[in-house]
Amino acid sequence: MISVHGLTKVFPGGVRALDSLDLDIGEGEFFALLGPSGCGKTTLLRSIAGLETPTSGRIGIGGTDVTTLAPGRRDVAMVFQDYALFPHMDVAANIAYPLRIRKTPRARREARAAEVADRLSLTGLLGRRPGQLSGGQQQRVALARAVACRPRVFLFDEPLSNLDARLRLEARTFLKRLQDELGVTTVFVTHDQGEALALAHRIAVMDAGRIVQVGTPAEIFHRPATTFVASFIGSTPMNLLPGRAGDGVLHVAGAALPAPGDLPEGEPIVYGVRPEYTDLSATRRDDGFPGEVAVLENLGATTLVTLEGPDHLVQAVVGEGREPAVGTAAWAVPRRGRALVYRDGRLAGQA
Amino acid sequence: MSHVAHVLGRIASAVLLAAVAAFFALPMLWLASAPFDAHPSITVSLPEFTLDNFRAILDNPYALGSIGNSVIQAGGAAALVVVLAALAAYALSRVRVPGRDALLYLLLLLSSVVTGTAAMVPIFELATRLNLVDTHLGVVLTVSGGLLPAAIFILKDFMDATPTSYEESARVFGASPLQILRHIVVPVVRPGLATIAVWAVANVWGGFLLQYILLRDPEKSPGSVVLYTLYTEGGQPNLSLVSTFSLLYSLPVVLMYLFVSSRYGFRFHGGIKR
Repeated sequence: MISVHGLTKVFPGGVRALDSLDLDIGEGEFFALLGPSGCGKTTLLRSIAGLETPTSGRIGIGGTDVTTLAPGRRDVAMVFQDYALFPHMDVAANIAYPLRIRKTPRARREARAAEVADRLSLTGLLGRRPGQLSGGQQQRVALARAVACRPRVFLFDEPLSNLDARLRLEARTFLKRLQDELGVTTVFVTHDQGEALALAHRIAVMDAGRIVQVGTPAEIFHRPATTFVASFIGSTPMNLLPGRAGDGVLHVAGAALPAPGDLPEGEPIVYGVRPEYTDLSATRRDDGFPGEVAVLENLGATTLVTLEGPDHLVQAVVGEGREPAVGTAAWAVPRRGRALVYRDGRLAGQA
Repeated sequence: MSHVAHVLGRIASAVLLAAVAAFFALPMLWLASAPFDAHPSITVSLPEFTLDNFRAILDNPYALGSIGNSVIQAGGAAALVVVLAALAAYALSRVRVPGRDALLYLLLLLSSVVTGTAAMVPIFELATRLNLVDTHLGVVLTVSGGLLPAAIFILKDFMDATPTSYEESARVFGASPLQILRHIVVPVVRPGLATIAVWAVANVWGGFLLQYILLRDPEKSPGSVVLYTLYTEGGQPNLSLVSTFSLLYSLPVVLMYLFVSSRYGFRFHGGIKR
């Protein structure tokens, strides 16, 4: 549906925001562009919208090359981070604005605005100005305006970041259901990995103007392609410990762990395991990282335990009632099949 | 004891404030009473009520026409300043021009330093060569030129405060640049445009020197210049005519102020960030 080939954007001043980027997004997909600030994700979204002119490369939407097409002729609708609701128009006029541009007769566009407003439970607010609405209502008006013009593609720029934490969860569920019902191809930008995992069918993780990994939330979560993705994804950061392969085992932070096949002897590696897939043992184990319990963080139903070793920190998540006491010795044992081995920053195997 | 001191303090401050208010109110009071006085002087007194002064000013061949001239010149300048300043401020706010701020400050500086009497000779020379002496257009162009830098500076602030996402959003929906200007930018910065229009009208309405020099023909002179010609045969300012004409001449500006104020709520932002 959306295809991007060799897209490069260099801003005046020499900042290379996008670096020869390729991407394909399928029909009806809910697609997340995820990355830290400055990684180029917003520039990519704005390039698809036509608000940025790429330095080189091509963008296609639905089989047509839109690289040089004006934003208004690409049949996309964009929801901005600040919603960009026009302050001097009421909700109904805001929702109907795209139709007004298309010269839809007044009666038709009013009917359409009312219909969309009904669907997004905004009916009682049609006469209000944006300034009189709460953040969540403003967000729904911005969505309604995008829905009203029936585009081929929705583009959302950080759609949830202006909402407070509680509202954000409600809006997330609402957004997912809306996209599901409409079935319109949707690309959204976020820096929040939780949001991307929860909403998207597929995620592209970006860093420094390039796509590091594309995959389903499960793939990205379970098999991050690089240590960058590994450290970026997950609500608790993955344990990444330097080590060395030798004698068919991995020597990592005082533990001897089973090595995946085909690893050259003596090579430096990075051993990665999520705290959620790390168990604690109170007795000494050869396949566990030794340490002293330094910090306990209550996560609600679970507790995040930080072990301090001689020159490493390891975190593990333990269930309710199984927290060790601070100051006691413990061994953090990676669960079988859940640990990942990285060589030169790239995924080399599973252990 | 302290209660008495408190009351005395209140009385003292009220007296002081009343004195200050009276100091500023007296000229206004004079303007309200002198036109209706048969023998006005430069002091404020209860008038011997008469409307003769108004009859006399209406008999003056240039008085009423001069107010019309003022309306043409002030209105023309205000329209020109609002349109040009809005376009320039929009461009300066949205397009990245190297040295944009330096240019703006330089314009502002020059327009406030090289002004009035200093620029009079070259302006007159220029107007003569362009055949603009004794025309409304000459006055409108000259005063607009003087007002534009400050107007651009003030309006750029309004434009800067308008998020670019409004326009980008409209662009994605397919709006043309003119539609964006009409539907989004102008309505959003309308209070700024009103501020500039009022400020420009007030400036031209009270302007004297430029108009006095550029217009030879009393048929085209604005009120501020005609006011200067209201003398008695003895060469003294004719106070009854001066006061009456001043009252008539200030009425349109007061009405404009009230209208704009009720419409937009008057906020004079100037070059200050909100």
